[in-house]
Amino acid sequence: MTWVAIGALAAISFGLKMLGPVLVGDRALGRRTREIVALLPVPLLAALIVIGAFADGHSLHLDARAPALAVAGVLVVRRAPFLVVICAAAATAAALRLVA
Amino acid sequence: MQLTPRSTALTEPVVRDAAAIGLAVGTFGVSFGALAVAAGLSPAQAIASSLLVFTGASQFAFIGVLAAGGGLVAATLPAVILATRNGLYGVAVAPLLRGRLLQRLACSHLVIDESTAMARAQAEPAAGRRALIATGLAVLVCWNLGTAIGAASGGVLGDPRRLGLDAMLPAAFLALLAPHLARPEARRVAVAGGLIALAMVPIAPAGLPIVAAGTAVLIPRMARGRADGPA
Repeated sequence: MTWVAIGALAAISFGLKMLGPVLVGDRALGRRTREIVALLPVPLLAALIVIGAFADGHSLHLDARAPALAVAGVLVVRRAPFLVVICAAAATAAALRLVA
Repeated sequence: MQLTPRSTALTEPVVRDAAAIGLAVGTFGVSFGALAVAAGLSPAQAIASSLLVFTGASQFAFIGVLAAGGGLVAATLPAVILATRNGLYGVAVAPLLRGRLLQRLACSHLVIDESTAMARAQAEPAAGRRALIATGLAVLVCWNLGTAIGAASGGVLGDPRRLGLDAMLPAAFLALLAPHLARPEARRVAVAGGLIALAMVPIAPAGLPIVAAGTAVLIPRMARGRADGPA
């Protein structure tokens, strides 16, 4: 039964992932639709950031992840390389947890 | 200037960044593998899940419900809700994936949080497509290696949080969001999306806050309709 559930989940996930590439595919989109699609990653990324930094299950927390995100923010503004940004965030959180 | 081969060199920034994201995600694959086995999956089932479902948040939700004593249907539903955001990602990257149907189908499997973010951070469609494939493959390989290691180790490797690895992904997403924020309307949409997600976390099933945040793309349109001028 577990195999059936994993198989169903795999099929549904793939079905959802391919909807855009297959249905939208080569079709030329209207201007308004193009604008919306171009903007779509922005709120999704914002949501991933705040959930990754502040959520734990169904509750919100301010913990070592928040200062780590602040450090990342400063580095992003200063145009630091991507690798530096994510490693500095991990180092900040790890150091704060070590001290705590 | 073209002294080095362009598209596949390991030193290419996109490939280097993709590898870094893959490694960060791979450490969570280790915890997924360990937790999946603890929740009652066999190692083969844990690896099949990482290979075939391949969307981490859904997989964590699935084993999370199983571990809490829930049934298979109760475990599958939140995982499906979480996977709906991959549907939105698919729409967002569709313009980059023009080409033969078979290629589009193959690329579809790689449409996840990290690969979508990397792809849409590129200026050119061709670079976006390469970023999607590089990041998707790096994560696929590392996530599955991690799952196998975690499933085999039975949780002796410890918590990735101690190394601050859970702070890596929000930082990565922030770095990927930044290039979009040059436009004022994108800044408004980002703030609205973040607020919607935060407001939904306490009340909605996992995954739904991210999907709900997607509705923030409609805000500039509404503002324009109301003011009928530059907002």
